[in-house]
Amino acid sequence: MRQGDTYVHLNRVSTQQSLTKASSAVSATLEEILAQALQELSAVKDLIDLDKVRVNYLGKKGLFTLQMKELGNLDPEQRRAVGQVINQAKDQFQQKLEAAKDQLEADALSVRLASESIDVTLPGRGQSTGRLHPVTTTLRRISKIFATVGFTVVEGPEIEDDYHNFEALNIPAHHPARAMHDTFYFDAHTVLRTHTSPVQIRTMESEKPPLKVIAPGRVYRCDSDITHTPMFHQVEGFLVDTNVSFADLKGVVYEFLRAFFEKDIQVRFRPSYFPFTEPSAEVDIECVMCGGHGCRVCSHTGWLEVMGCGMIHPEVFKAVNIDSEQYSGFAFGMGVERLAMLRYGINDLRLFFENDLKFLEQFN
Amino acid sequence: MQISEAWLRTYVNPDVNTDKLVQQLTMAGLEVDSVEPAAADFSGVVVGQVVSMEQHPDADRLRVCQVNVGEAEPLQIVCGASNVRVGLKIPAALCGAVLPGDFKIKKSKLRGQESLGMLCSEKELGLVAEAHGLMELSDDAPVGVDIREYLSLNDSIIEVDLTPNRADCLSVEGLAREVALLNKLDWSTTVVDAVAVGHQDTLSVKVTAPEACPRYLGRLIKEVNPLAITPLWMQERLRRSGIRSLGPLVDVTNYVLLELGQPLHVFDANKLSGGITVRYATADESLTLLNNEEIKLDAQALIIADDKQPLALAGVMGGSDSAVSDATQTVFLECAFFTPQAIAGKARNFGLHTDSSHRFERGVDAQLQNRAIERATQLIVEIAGGSVGDVTEVTSSDHLPARNAVILRRSKIEQSLAIQLPDAQVIDILQRLGMQVADHADGWQVSPPSFRFDISIEADLIEEIARVFGYNNLPSSSLFMRSELSQVTEGLLEIDRVKDLFVDRGYQEAVTYSFVDEDIQSTVAPGIEAIRLKNPISSELAVMRTTLWCGLLKAALYNTNRQQNRVRLFETGLRFVKEGDETHQQKMLAGLILGDVYSDQWAEKSRKVDFYDAKADLQAIFELSGCNASFIKGELSSLHPGQTAKIISANGQDMGWLGMLHPQLEKQLGFDGQVFLFELAQDGLLNKKVPAFTPLSKYPSVKRDLALIVNETVSAAEIVSCIKNSAETALKEVVIFDVYRGKGIEEGNKSIALSLILQDDTQTLAESDIETIVSRMLTILFNELKAKLRD
Repeated sequence: MRQGDTYVHLNRVSTQQSLTKASSAVSATLEEILAQALQELSAVKDLIDLDKVRVNYLGKKGLFTLQMKELGNLDPEQRRAVGQVINQAKDQFQQKLEAAKDQLEADALSVRLASESIDVTLPGRGQSTGRLHPVTTTLRRISKIFATVGFTVVEGPEIEDDYHNFEALNIPAHHPARAMHDTFYFDAHTVLRTHTSPVQIRTMESEKPPLKVIAPGRVYRCDSDITHTPMFHQVEGFLVDTNVSFADLKGVVYEFLRAFFEKDIQVRFRPSYFPFTEPSAEVDIECVMCGGHGCRVCSHTGWLEVMGCGMIHPEVFKAVNIDSEQYSGFAFGMGVERLAMLRYGINDLRLFFENDLKFLEQFN
Repeated sequence: MQISEAWLRTYVNPDVNTDKLVQQLTMAGLEVDSVEPAAADFSGVVVGQVVSMEQHPDADRLRVCQVNVGEAEPLQIVCGASNVRVGLKIPAALCGAVLPGDFKIKKSKLRGQESLGMLCSEKELGLVAEAHGLMELSDDAPVGVDIREYLSLNDSIIEVDLTPNRADCLSVEGLAREVALLNKLDWSTTVVDAVAVGHQDTLSVKVTAPEACPRYLGRLIKEVNPLAITPLWMQERLRRSGIRSLGPLVDVTNYVLLELGQPLHVFDANKLSGGITVRYATADESLTLLNNEEIKLDAQALIIADDKQPLALAGVMGGSDSAVSDATQTVFLECAFFTPQAIAGKARNFGLHTDSSHRFERGVDAQLQNRAIERATQLIVEIAGGSVGDVTEVTSSDHLPARNAVILRRSKIEQSLAIQLPDAQVIDILQRLGMQVADHADGWQVSPPSFRFDISIEADLIEEIARVFGYNNLPSSSLFMRSELSQVTEGLLEIDRVKDLFVDRGYQEAVTYSFVDEDIQSTVAPGIEAIRLKNPISSELAVMRTTLWCGLLKAALYNTNRQQNRVRLFETGLRFVKEGDETHQQKMLAGLILGDVYSDQWAEKSRKVDFYDAKADLQAIFELSGCNASFIKGELSSLHPGQTAKIISANGQDMGWLGMLHPQLEKQLGFDGQVFLFELAQDGLLNKKVPAFTPLSKYPSVKRDLALIVNETVSAAEIVSCIKNSAETALKEVVIFDVYRGKGIEEGNKSIALSLILQDDTQTLAESDIETIVSRMLTILFNELKAKLRD
């Protein structure tokens, strides 16, 4: 009805009437439309109603649109003046409309945000992460440290023949040193390797110096009590080249132990005996538990034995046809569980093979 | 070997305390395992003598003694020991004494009789674990002197853990020699005075195995007193070396063994028939040893025999038939050199390990026998009296260890130790070690002493120089070596990457023993021959694993028995399979899952793991290497017959198994829920293709969904491979997105819904092209699998 009125009213604004008169009449009508539009706008509660209002005034048949269509009936001069008036009103409405829209959108967003608020402290969903065994973690660390200077990792069989496990390592049958290895036998010539040193022989049999090798793996001794398990892990390392000396061995061992424990620990070399090295040494580090003051772990000596090492024995070179006048080399071997125990403070060797999840889960 | 420090210091007494002395030994390669006081702490005990003794008026077993403790008046002490007697000298604890275990002695009354102290046994002084009666001191013990002083109890027992090459240090003299050279001191050897011969009787000695026994000495000592008391000083030195006193004759042989390092043996000569023969035994002979164990001999066993029978296992242990006893009158004292080769392993073959075999198999100084037999003779006569006969000696010089001079090159020292030592220092070290040093063009010609039979090559001498110079005084160099760039094989997936993926997918890595229980293994992996250990540690660890499942199942049970309701484990390692005479050591990868798919959580409904959870983990591994493995229905007796997949590589090789633990086995092993297992050989898994790029198509891809009705027996894999085999070049991917049975589908059939992703590399596919492709596929699907489109 109001729309109709306006329409009629506009019709009256004819070309014959004066510009001023026409524009002022239009503006009076527009003010009414505008006031009405704004009033409707202010009553709007959501975006749907808002759009209805927009269509009512700005749509194809909206009140402002109709006013604009009427302009065609006016003469060009009037047309411009009246057009201006309509545009002003329309702009004004549009601005208010946009503002109302922004406001409604902002309100809707805050409602949504409020409704979607969660407890961020609840745990995430899905699969948990496992852990590597501490022996693997320790082996990887050791290999990584040696890999930085070009050592490569080599593996060997665990069921080993007497020759590679003993004979070629200068431990003939009935050698008293065999008593130091409580050996598991399959038959007179086949054993479970008692150390990773046979990998040294196998490598030197098939490759020629220079050699820089790390050989990690399982080893076996027929011994089981609180400090011994019948299976454990060793890392053997060896280097063969021209002009390798005991000083190089000392240097490598010092640097390795300091890298492994990430600490400038005290290290000492003690003369010892292995049939396959000469000179042979046991390596002690200052006790990492008590800092060398003496505790239960180090039997109150302040020192912990961590590896055996030495210069490769001429007899070993002979067994693999390497000329010990041309080449020299060193070898070292260490117990992985022992290093892991010292590094992580594990107090019972047997835990390594029980596979208790409560134990395994601790080593991330 | 353990030895009294005070005894050692009678030979060489450096101006260093016990700690320092022990450190010197350890740092010279003679590792000291422990240092214990020779006696527990106690005080207030003196040498006393019982001067008179009366029966306690009110107690049958007690005596009231008057004991002279060196004071003006004797003390009254009540004593219950059975061996208390007048004149006996004993340790007397005075009032105020504190015995081991903080036991304080006070003035007291025993059944009404005043007692002003206590007479002590060896046990009460903490010297031994068990004792009967009072400790009897020798008649010349000085009354009133503190017992600790009298028995030299303020001493330490040093236990040295000697490496097999240093048998020369298995004696007090040997250790003294080392201590002297480390401290640059002289040392005094044991003074041996040969006893004058008192009779002419001898036993004939024949050695038929001179290569095993290059030197054999023996002599008869008559009219010995086997009941003589071994002097306390000797008993104490033996005790501090962990050797019990067994009468003077045996004590002397043990003492000389400790003193000089030479094992000896005494036979009761009256129990021998005829002469002595050193020979190999025959298979029909046997011998009852001193420990009363009877051993069956063989041709490898070197024995001492008389004309009738074996008497002793040479260098290991004597026999009981010819052993000395309280009735012995004449002894035949044996002092021999057996070669290490002849003794090594022999004791162990009979499950024996004696102080004697320990020394002979490591090596005894071949020049020591004459001195040792004279020393033992001297001590026997001193303690037990007797008349000494001549020594019979049979020596085969040809078989004595050759002592060759070793050339030591100056240049080799520098090359090996990276240090230039002045000649004088080298010579000094060698001479202190007892070596004869002569000049040589390149350095020196060195002759080691007879007791250092471990020195035979240049490296041995260099080690000695390093040892005496001190390993810690030698230089250390930073890694010098030349490096080449390392090879990185891209065609090989590293097992570490596989392990990491398992860890990322919620698995814990397990490490289980390589040997397992045979019974469990034969149930879990029947029909595979396991390799058996000859000397297993227990029946549960008796055979080598043929599958990693045994260990994983055991580990899983360990955890489910400890309230873990969710276990995910994997392990890598070797399995050991025997095929004919061949032993295969094959690298495997295995895993196990059971229980809830996720750990307890709030967000989703929990469910148990199933076959497809484990399969997804395996497929993830396969994606790492691009390994085109397929899973086909398989049969394995340890797995559920309806949920077993055999894993086959692209080229048709068997790779492994995946499946549900057979419900029967599940129950038998003690699980209370389903367990899913997989095991794969690593080799096929880790081969990887170096990626080769395929150009991307510029044309859009389209997706067509099909729902096919097939018989239940048709597997998903058959459908997918049938589609893939249709050789449509535009086919990029087939994805199964639904499997449906039930309403609308005839029983015995199932509906499989899948998406085809089609894309052409040269053009945009027109609707008509797509229809042609799909209809060609449907034709093949129908022809091969009787698959029909669902209406």
